[in-house]
Order: sequence, then structure tokens, then C-alpha cells
Amino acid sequence: MDVIFDILGSANFWAAAIRIATPLIFGVLGALICERAGVLNLGIEGIFVAGAMAGWLAVYLGAGLWGGVLVSALAGALFGLLHAFLTVILGLSQHVSGIGITLLATSVSYFTYRTALPDVTSPPRIAAFQPLNIPGLSDLPFFGPALFQQTPLTFLALVFVALVALVLYRTPLGLAIRAVGDNPASVEAQGLSVVGLRIGAVVVGSALMALGGAFLTMSAFDAFFFGMVNGRGWICIALVVFASWQPGKALLGALLFGAFDAFQIRLQAQIGQVVPGQVFLMLPYLLSIVALILVARRADYPRALLQPWTKGQRH
Amino acid sequence: MTDAPVLLSLQNITKRFGPLIANNAISLDLHRGEILALLGENGAGKTTLMNILFGHYVQDEGDVCVLGDDGALATLPPGSPGAALKAGIGMVHQHFALAENLTGLANIRLGTEPLLSFGRESAARAKVRKIITESGLDVDLDRRVADLTVGEKQRIEILKALYRDAKVLILDEPTAVLTPQEAEGLFVVLRRLAENGLGVIFISHKLGEVLSVSHRILVLRAGTKAGELVTAQADRRAIADLMVGKTVAEVVRVPAAPGKILLEFDNVSLQSGGRQALSRVNLQLRAGEVVGLAGVSGNGQSGIAALISGLAVPNSGAMRLYGQDVTRASPRDLVNAGVARMPEDRQHDGVVGTMSVADNIAIEDVRSPAFSKMGLLDRKAMRERATAAIAGYDVRCPGPDAEARLLSGGNVQKLILARVLERDPRVILANQPTRGLDVGAQAEVHRRILAARDRGAAVLVISEDLDELFALADRFLVAHAGEVSDAGPSDGLDRGTIGLMMAGQARPPVGIAS
Amino acid sequence: MSLRLEPRDNASVGLKLGVSLAAGLIALLLVAIPVLFAGGSPLNAYGLMLQGAFGSMFALSETLNRATPLILTGLACAVAFRAKLWNIGAEGQLYIGALAAVCVGSGLLQLPPALMIPTVMIAGFLAGGLMMVIPTIIKQRFGADEVVITLLLNFVVILFIQMLIEGVLKDPMALGWPQSVPLIAEAKLPKLLPRLRMHWGLIVGLVAALILWLMVRKTVLGFEIRAVGENKAAARFAGIPVDATMLKVALISGGLAGLAGVGEVAGVKGYLSSDLSPGFGYSGIVVAMLAGLSPIGTVIAAVFVAAVFVGADSMSRATGISSYIADLVVALSLLCVLVGSFFLRFRVKFERRQVEA
Repeated sequence: MDVIFDILGSANFWAAAIRIATPLIFGVLGALICERAGVLNLGIEGIFVAGAMAGWLAVYLGAGLWGGVLVSALAGALFGLLHAFLTVILGLSQHVSGIGITLLATSVSYFTYRTALPDVTSPPRIAAFQPLNIPGLSDLPFFGPALFQQTPLTFLALVFVALVALVLYRTPLGLAIRAVGDNPASVEAQGLSVVGLRIGAVVVGSALMALGGAFLTMSAFDAFFFGMVNGRGWICIALVVFASWQPGKALLGALLFGAFDAFQIRLQAQIGQVVPGQVFLMLPYLLSIVALILVARRADYPRALLQPWTKGQRH
Repeated sequence: MTDAPVLLSLQNITKRFGPLIANNAISLDLHRGEILALLGENGAGKTTLMNILFGHYVQDEGDVCVLGDDGALATLPPGSPGAALKAGIGMVHQHFALAENLTGLANIRLGTEPLLSFGRESAARAKVRKIITESGLDVDLDRRVADLTVGEKQRIEILKALYRDAKVLILDEPTAVLTPQEAEGLFVVLRRLAENGLGVIFISHKLGEVLSVSHRILVLRAGTKAGELVTAQADRRAIADLMVGKTVAEVVRVPAAPGKILLEFDNVSLQSGGRQALSRVNLQLRAGEVVGLAGVSGNGQSGIAALISGLAVPNSGAMRLYGQDVTRASPRDLVNAGVARMPEDRQHDGVVGTMSVADNIAIEDVRSPAFSKMGLLDRKAMRERATAAIAGYDVRCPGPDAEARLLSGGNVQKLILARVLERDPRVILANQPTRGLDVGAQAEVHRRILAARDRGAAVLVISEDLDELFALADRFLVAHAGEVSDAGPSDGLDRGTIGLMMAGQARPPVGIAS
Repeated sequence: MSLRLEPRDNASVGLKLGVSLAAGLIALLLVAIPVLFAGGSPLNAYGLMLQGAFGSMFALSETLNRATPLILTGLACAVAFRAKLWNIGAEGQLYIGALAAVCVGSGLLQLPPALMIPTVMIAGFLAGGLMMVIPTIIKQRFGADEVVITLLLNFVVILFIQMLIEGVLKDPMALGWPQSVPLIAEAKLPKLLPRLRMHWGLIVGLVAALILWLMVRKTVLGFEIRAVGENKAAARFAGIPVDATMLKVALISGGLAGLAGVGEVAGVKGYLSSDLSPGFGYSGIVVAMLAGLSPIGTVIAAVFVAAVFVGADSMSRATGISSYIADLVVALSLLCVLVGSFFLRFRVKFERRQVEA
């Protein structure tokens, strides 16, 4: 089909794929860190919203773009801390706490937005991140526009992939995080703090999730809308399983997903008259479900995922 | 031996759990180069004491003192595993504290290097290699722990302690998961380590191995120190009495009169978790006979239990009950056909903890007309049966409405006995029927099983405790690596033969092999 | 002084009730902070909320009207959570139930109300139930987590509904608004009182709660659901068909959520649109948790949550404080009741430790 080759051959398509993948890269990395330490964080959807709103509002109030990124990460970390308190310290249900965090973070964000801007009818705009111009690379034919004309947050996401992989596989800290998600007893028996490691992982992971939200309001768009996260958080939870809890595969999964999404948007433009638009919009969710089903049997879940830990406990 | 300096001293340790006194003013000294055995029944307080020593629990009274580098005994802060590690105490738990997704070396390094650094893998490897050469604890350091055998995992655990320059090594029931031959190998290592100056505390409830490995024995009974003696001068009978406290009448087994075959495995193979759990197993259970299945855990016993429980379907071969095919029967089909099953992990698989004793006794029968009509429960009938069972089987509980999770292990087992035996089963699977029970409860369970046999039931007892199998079984089977071989009648069979068969190193006794 | 936790043997009904009440109250108290932040007076706001929710017959009717779908989605979550089936998809099941009601009740069948209404309800129940049975089968067959799948299906369903009401089901008389063809009069649920929006769906919800209560306590199915939920391994070992029981739970759970959708279409709106539910499915999770998964408690919790929403709307109109305050109360109640469950499991004891010399 010519249509397909036309799409795949355009630099614009590849740039869009990477752009769509960026918030997912942050989200999947965040979820991956939490789950590697044994904590499922279903707060992700709400943390995305909180990160998007907080970062945007900070910039709107004059904090500057990087100030906004910092505020966004802090907002995520705060909700992460709450989730960690409930699930790690009190040992309560990770499912229920996560859903609760999502509801809370979403409603806090919406309420704050409405209260801060009571009278606006159309969402106010900020000066969002602009694509970087990397001398030499950005000007390459095809590859320049396809790969090297992204905003700084996209490059930040890629840096985090490398950083998370480095910490997880090359440092004693990573060893401890992987161990605490497999068998917390192994960590305690070696004199490390199970609770400390898990709280740290959830807080850092949640901060990363929030950056996924920040990308939406500060890079992909330049305003905050209600319902703009639209299930991206849940998709990340599915992608972590698909990525077998490995940063490299998480990047790959997010990129594949971005490519697919970018592709369907372009396909829609071509054959949208024949097929209703909703069918295309459904595809990302259906794709996530299918991906989950395909890998579920082989998935190597962290063994201690969802298991609360109390000191001195044995099997 | 007692001339060597004291490495570790426990002084008047007391620990209570609610009304239960788990440890009552226990004191002990451990010297350099000494292997001290801590002997006692299940529930005597051995594991609690060691968990206090290692900082997992906080004692209510008393102190733990360890020899410091300055040559003086220093008190450890209670409740801190970190402090215990630092002071040179290493512990090998009964359930290994290993991260299975990491390599052996990673598990050994865990927690020994600054978290925010790149670590010192090659230095660590060199040090572990040196320890391996000195101790003989050979194991592949670069395989994922999940892929190691139980014995290899235990070696990693010991290496973990030695890597941290432990002065004292505590082993909690280390032989429970080993073949007799592997256990002997462990003893060799322990003796060598003790000669090099390590102090070892060896926790066990098995008298024989304690006598063979230790220098000194400390006997615990019901949370108190029942006696302390030098192994070389100890008398087997005296220690046994110290351990149990009272003499329990041995259950007497009269010779069996085996009848016809009730349950039969015909060339049964089973895959489980991607592994070959059973390969071409043949076995026959006859009316009025107890068959004992010996083996180190993980050699196919759980596969056989799962098949008889209806929880698994063989990949090939057939199962027949009373001559009829039950290869694909569900748990309910088997229960209704008269198969009684006692699960290996009774707290996990045997009872629903948050449901009542009455519910748990009726659970196999809720759909039978005895307990329900038209889909509605007959609560009255359920409570009546529970009340009768509580009395008949001496289940100690506040009443039929008490939640099952409040029952002790022994009482849970009695509840399960009541549930399955009251249905007058023709085939009985007793999987680890007395694990973790005290001597009194053990005898009661054994008596019930033998009584059922005498009524004509076919019984399969799966146990890791050879003493239990010799007390109950008329005939022995041995499981090794998913294969089951027939060791013949129990009379005249010796432990050495069984041990070798458990290790897969011997053919069954000549003339009996089928 | 030190703090010590002791596991509780048993939590009494009174304690459970107290924990839920306290959770709701603490959540209400906590939102005083955002109210102050928005420049309002908390006491005034609470007063207006109370009045808005219960201050008149009309207000009460609005609250009960809002509680109707919440009772059903709350029951849907409660019955599933009891069996440890994490149905987070009540929102989607509600829409599918509503869709089935429209398919059957907009003229395809012509029956008198006494037959038409049950038909519409059965169709909605089965459609919603199927929507939960599918992820349950996927979980059993492929081992894929039902939480994520039911969450994602919510998005798929809403898009599917949008596609239909802009397409084949679109009402040509609706001046271009994306809404479905209306139900015929015979399929509509009668109002309970004249001039008030309360409808017979409320009775359906109450009856459903009663039936579930009886089911849990008195029936073999309830016994089996409890056993499966509390300890799957022991239930399977004892011969209870775990997978089949789970499928029954899934059908009941999804079906109840589907009924909530039928109620909204046949009792309130009369047609299907993509704003039929302002998150009734998600609020159902909170309702179920606040109720401690008890069917009767679900009714009370649903009225509480409905009152918060209706009261906040009314308060918002009077003071200009955003009505998202209601979402805040609901989210905080969930987290408070979760913390409360900690006190159901443990007794907190303060004790003096002997000071060593």
C-alpha cells in the first residue's frame, strides 16, 4: 500500500512518534522503578494530571520553564510519598491506595486550576518548550527533522532511560532495589532498610511520572485541559509488563507505541471518511490490552509486587 | 573446648507473644571454634531465640553480648539486624533470605557496598573465591539463584555470612531440605569452619544429627532451658526425655492386611512450571495399607499430591480410582468419590482463615444435601457437625463460630482431620501430616491415620521425616528427580538404603524392584 | 512512652461502622483547607452543602436520584472486591448496559411496560455482565491483570458509544447533538413521585442490595464467593470451582453496573449520550470501600457520596467555589477509609517501657 510507505517515509511521522512516546517514557520508567521495588503505583494516572497542572501553573505564574519542571516533579514526589506512606509504612492495599491517589491527585489538580483561574473560558497559554536546534544533527536531511528536532524534555527522557538502567544494573543501589522487589527478606537480612528503599523508589518513580504530565502541558501543548491525560497513565502500567521491567525495553515499548499512534493518526487522515474516527482513537487502548495479553503468561513479575512487608517477617 | 574465649553470650532472654512465653530467661555462651546445638521440638522457642539474637525480634528482657574487637563483650542494641551483622553474627534462615532474580555473587554483595557507587564486584569476587577455597563451599557464583538447587542456595547463604567476616554462624534447621548425604557434606564444612575459629549455633529437632555434629547441646522445651550437656558424654535416651519432657506412648502399628487396589497411577508424567515434575510414575494404593513416600522436598512429591488432590492433570498416563479413570477429575469429583486429602501447607491450602470453624469443616460438602437445600445453606446442620467434630477430634477453639485463623497449627490439622475423616474416606492422602506439630498432636494424628487404615482405607503418607514414615508406613516409595521407586515393605528396610535412594544413588533392594 | 501495634482478633460491626463514619467526616473536615484556600468560609460551605443535599423534598429527591446509580455501581464493586476480583471497569459496564437498554428499548421490541421494563433490565444486566466476564476469562486464560484491562476498556467503551451515537444510533431529531434515539415510553422506568426525578431504579438498587445481602449470608454461592475471595488456594483445594465462581461474580458485578446504566437511560435521560455518567463507575469503588464491602452499607455510602455531589453543586452555585470540591471529598474518603482499615486490623497501644538504669 502506497499510503503506508508514504507515512513511514516522512520525517514528520518519526518526529511525531518520538513526541508521542516521550510522556510514556517518563511514565513507564516511573512505574518500572516503583514496581521493581515491589510497589504497584496505580496513582500514575492522577500523578500525570498533577504533574501537568502543577508544572503548567508554575510557568503561568512566572516560574520559568525549568522551574515548572521542578515544581511538577515535586508534585509527583508528594503524591508518591503519600502512596508510600499508605502502602509501605502502613502496608495497605496497593490497588486501593493507587486508585485513591489517582482520584485525589486529579481532583486536587482540577480544583486548583478552577480556583486559580475562575473566570477563564478558553485555557490560557504559556510559552512552551521549543525544539532544540542541535548544530550538525538537526540539519541532517531526513534524520534531522525525524530525530533531532525535539524539545529538551524529550532528550531529558532519554537521559533518564540511560540513568535508570545505569543505576539499576551497575550500582549497589540498583542491586538493592531489584532485591527488595523480589524478596524483601534478603535485603533486611543484609542490614538494609526495606521500608527506606521502597519509599525512595516510589517517591522517585512518582516524580518521573509527573514529568510525563509536565511534557503534555509544557511541550506537546502549551495549556492545561481537563481530561488531557486520558488514560496515558494506565497505558504505562500495561507497557511496564510488556517491557519486562527493563528500562531498555521500556524505551522500545514506548517508541513502538508512539510510532503506532502516529501512524494511526496519519492513516485516519487518509481513510477517515470510510472508518469512524473513534475506531482509530480506540486503537491505543486496544493495543495496550493486546500487548498485555500477549506477554502476561511469560511476564516475570517482581515476586514481591503487591506484598506488604513488616519488619522481622519471614515467609 | 570451654577454654576458648566466649564469642557470644545470651543473658536471661525473655520474649512474650501475648500470653505465650516463647523464651523464658534463657542464657547461653558460645565459644570460639565450638559447634553448639540448640535442640528442641517445634514450638520450643529455638527460632524465636535466634530471631532475637539476630535482631528480627525485640526481647522483653535480657541482653545479647558479642565479643568485640577490643576483646571485651559488648551488648547489642535490640531489634537491629544491622548491628548484629556488624558485630559478626551471620544467620542462615530456614527459609532462605535470597533474592532469586539476582546471581549468587550479587546476593553476597548486597548491602556490603555504598549504595551510591559503582560497587566493587571484582574485589568481592576475589574475596568470595578465597572463602570458597578455604571452606569447601563450592558453588557457581554467576547463576541466578532461582536456577540453583536447594543445597547450593544454602551454600550461598553461608557464604553471605562468611563474606561479612562472621564470628558466629547460626543455622536454623539446615538439614530439613537436604538428603542425608548432602547433610553429611554440610557437617564436614561446619567442622572445618569451626576448626578455623568460627562459632556455630546449629538449630535442630533431629537428635541423630545433633549428636554427630555438635560439641555441646542445649535443650529447649516450651520456652525454657531444659538442660545443657557436652555431646561426647550425652546419652541419647536422656536427651530425648529432656526434649519432650514426658514419655509419650508410641503408636503401635499392627501388620497390615492389604486388600485390592483402590488408587493407581499408570505411567503418569506431569509438567509443572516448565519443569518435568513427574516422569512415568507408577504407584498403587491398596485397601488397608499405609504407603510412605520418602524424598527430599521438591523431588516430585508435590506433583503426586496435586494429582491425587485433583489440582493438576497429567500430561500423559492415567489415574484410576476403584478401576475407573479419574485422570481429569476435579477436586470436587475426587472428594465426592471418597478421597480424603490433607494439604502440605495446611494454613495456606487447608483452611480459609477468615471463615468460621463450622464453615471450614463443611467446605468440602456445602453443595451436598446435608448442608444445603436449593442453594440455601443449612447453617444449623453445619454448626451441629462442627460441634460434634470439635468434641470428637479435640479441636481446641472457642466454638464453631470462631474464625479458623485463630487456631494453632495442631488444631488446624485436627480440624482438617475431622473434615476429611468423618466422611469415611476410602483413599487418604496425608501430606506432611505432622509437620510443625508437638509430640502429643503428632501421636494423635498418627493414631487417626492408622485407625482409618484398619477400617480399610488406602493411605499415602508423604513426609520428609523418616521417623514418621517408619512409624506409619507398611510399604515405602522413594521419590527422586520426579521418579518414584519402590523400596518394598518397611520391615527390614534400613535408613541408609532409603537415604541413598533419596539421593538417586541406589537401586531398590535386590529382589523387590518391580 | 512507645507506640505498639497489636493485631486484632476480630473487628466488631460497630467498629467497622465507626471507621467508615469517621472516614467520611474526616474527609469532609479536610476539605475545609481547600475551601479556605478558595476564599470561602468552611462552615458556610458545609451548611450550604447540607441544605443543597437534604434541605427540601426536591433536594432529597436529587440526592436519591444521584444515589441510584451509585448504589448499583457500589454493589458491583463490593461483590467483585469480596471475591478479590478487581473490577475497575464499572464505568464502561454502565455504558454498555445503557447501550443494551437503548438497543432493545427504542422500538426493536414492542411490549407492554410490565414486560418491556424487565426485558430492558435483563438486557442491560447481561450486557454489563459480559463486559466483566470477558476480562475475567482473559485473566483466567492468559494471566493478564484485570485491573489494567478493565481500566483501559473504560476508554474503549466510551469511544465505542461515541461512535454509535454519532453513527447508526444517532437520533435524527436531536438537532445534530450526538445522542441516541430515545427509548419508547413503555421501556421507561416510572417516576416514584410526581414532579421529582427520583425513579423506580432506586427500588431496583435497594432490592439488589437486599438480594446480595441474603446471597452472601445464606446461599451456597455466597459461601463459595467468600471462600474464593478470602483464600483461593484453600477454596480450590476443598473442591470449590474457583474459575466458575469467579465468572459468576464477574457476571453479577458487571451486570449490576449495567443496571446502573439502564437506570440512567430509562429512568432519567431517556436516551444515551456520552455524558450519561459523570464517573459513577469510579465513585462506585469509593462507595464500596466506604461500605466495607457490605451490601447494606453500600446503600448508606451511596447516599453519602450522592449528597456530597448534589450538595457541592448547590454550594458551588451559591459561593462560586468549584464543585470539584465534591471529587476531593470522595477521593479523601477513600484514602481515609483505607487508613481506617489499618485500625480494623491493628490495635494501637501506648505503653511505657521500663527505663533501664
